[in-house]
Amino acid sequence: MDSGLSPQDKKDLDKFIKFFALKTVQVIVQARLGEKIGTRSSSSPTGSDWFNLAIKDIPEVTHEAKKALAGQLPGIGRSMCVEISLKTSEGDSMELETWCLEMNEKCDKDIKVSYTVYNRLSVLLKSLLAITRVTPAYKLSRKQGHDYVILYRIYFGEVQLNGLGEGFQMVRVGVVGTPVGTVTLTCAYRTNLAFMSNRQFERSAPIMGIIVDHFVDPPGGGPRPVNMGHPCNYRAPDEDDGGQYAGVQDSQEVCTTSFSTSPPSQVLHAGKDHGGVVPVPGQPPHGADAHPTAENAANTPGKRRRRRRRDEGRRSASPSDPVVSLNAFTRKIGAFVNKPNVTASSLDLPFAAFAPRGLDLEENDPMVQPPDSPTCPSPLQASLHSQGSEGSGQQDDFVMVDFRPAFSKDDLLPMDLGTFYREFQNPPQLASLSLHISAQSMADDLDSLPEKLAVYEKNIDEFDAFVDMLQ
Amino acid sequence: MNCRSEVLEVTVEARQVEEAMLALLHTILLHRSSGKFHYKKEGTYSIGTVGTLDIDCDFIDFTFVRVSSEELDRVIRKAVSEFKDALSSDGMGQISLEFYQKKKSRWPFSDECIPWEVWSIKVNVVNLANEQERQICREKVGEKLGEKVINVVEVINRHEYLPKMPTQSDVDNVFDTSLKDVQPYLYKITYQITDSLGTSVSTTMRRLIKDTLAL
Repeated sequence: MDSGLSPQDKKDLDKFIKFFALKTVQVIVQARLGEKIGTRSSSSPTGSDWFNLAIKDIPEVTHEAKKALAGQLPGIGRSMCVEISLKTSEGDSMELETWCLEMNEKCDKDIKVSYTVYNRLSVLLKSLLAITRVTPAYKLSRKQGHDYVILYRIYFGEVQLNGLGEGFQMVRVGVVGTPVGTVTLTCAYRTNLAFMSNRQFERSAPIMGIIVDHFVDPPGGGPRPVNMGHPCNYRAPDEDDGGQYAGVQDSQEVCTTSFSTSPPSQVLHAGKDHGGVVPVPGQPPHGADAHPTAENAANTPGKRRRRRRRDEGRRSASPSDPVVSLNAFTRKIGAFVNKPNVTASSLDLPFAAFAPRGLDLEENDPMVQPPDSPTCPSPLQASLHSQGSEGSGQQDDFVMVDFRPAFSKDDLLPMDLGTFYREFQNPPQLASLSLHISAQSMADDLDSLPEKLAVYEKNIDEFDAFVDMLQ
Repeated sequence: MNCRSEVLEVTVEARQVEEAMLALLHTILLHRSSGKFHYKKEGTYSIGTVGTLDIDCDFIDFTFVRVSSEELDRVIRKAVSEFKDALSSDGMGQISLEFYQKKKSRWPFSDECIPWEVWSIKVNVVNLANEQERQICREKVGEKLGEKVINVVEVINRHEYLPKMPTQSDVDNVFDTSLKDVQPYLYKITYQITDSLGTSVSTTMRRLIKDTLAL
């Protein structure tokens, strides 16, 4: 139906639709990578950004899209679809949404290809950017990581929506009329997220209840998906200017509004450290025409497991030299304090400090046998009184072990939990509570009491007058 | 021409007003901004590239896309901030984003500003009693904003009237060329506050962008 369409216009239109399809796929997949996307505006046209929008090209995604298209263009009855699905770490999967780029017969013969169609396609891409952040799969994709990952699959041909479960919703992103048909971009998304699609799964317990959890761990490790398409995560070398040029180099310029030439493929750095999407063998749920997932099985599922776990616990360091530990404990041991001189049968015992002690320890435990003190005016003072002997005396009988408190991290910081605990578990006693000083002052007070009484009796008149004044 | 008018209505908590307005205004401006025009000889021009940025909201479960332009973001934030300050903690208000064209008139008449699209966002502010309600509100407002974004996209993709692409001499009558990285259509933001009784006590029409009535 290109009656009236000049060959140049036809050529341009085909090019626009082709690159629109490729950019559509990029926007959708990038929106499901799980990270925020950002590109820079540029006031001077570089001639390399289609539709005047800065949308980076992930080479793998372009490659998959081109493979799916196989040289054809979306046309009437030939839709390009991007299917987004979720796959749990246990292997269960579920389709979340299907984006369809379709063409229908309704033609707009009078529209100007080189200008109006191009600009409207640009607006449609902007709408796609906005809508991809609105469908439920966006939030899920931002939380992907340990428990599940998001996959994409591109196919060409008939639209298949049966995997979306009952009650799926449709949202129309937009339409652009062209002389050869109307380009329509829609999204069908699953609404019933608590429902696992009934495929051949052994597990009957629904897992979705756990997955749709706002408090899923941040992205970390997880096994790579084995089927159902490609993971929506990718990391390539951190370069803004494209490396390889996977795209077609078409340097034709359109007149009146100088349209950009085909952009070079730009390498995207976003995504987790997955190190590249590798096609994996799989059985697509529907007999799709294109089998983008059935490719060389060079990378086995085992290999696909990438540890994306961040360095959570660092390995604990070996305990320090016992001599060093010995020096650390030349302090008074206050009451209520765990004695550091514990023998650990094995250094690997994480709770060595809490291991049952030998009987001989109990002899020295201040809690069991309160230390002798000359006079104990108050029970408080008795309990605060430090043990007479220093800790070092008892330490001769025991091997010093580096005290590693439970749950503490490795001793890489200047002051880690263990060091802190050691330093502050034997605080020096408060001076005011020191027994011999208070005892001494008490004795002095008692001695000086008669003299004070004599003075007060002498001045008794003054005191009486003072009291009268107050009343 | 007839001015297209669209109304969006949202009900939010006081602390969500700013982000909700930013989300909607930026979504509209994303669609109504072009790259910078560079006019060349022979009456042709080339268009710069518009970048985009994902913005997560702090008080709403929502992410929106805006044009990658700090200048534009500053202008919009300033307008929204003034609107938010004027809104009381449980009042109603309306912020309007109007796209217009300037039509040069002969002296002594000043230029006319002819709006061709007006977006009005009505805001209803509520107070919530406890944290649980606030959490529910976060999610609900996020969903509502999603619906509004779909509405916006629907309207824009009807591809109704847009000003013709101007010649170089006319570009300032159609586009706001003051920003250095993007070029939105000429727009202005105004707002009105209604007090809690529903009467428009002070219709505060503030002109926040100075293009309109200037000679």
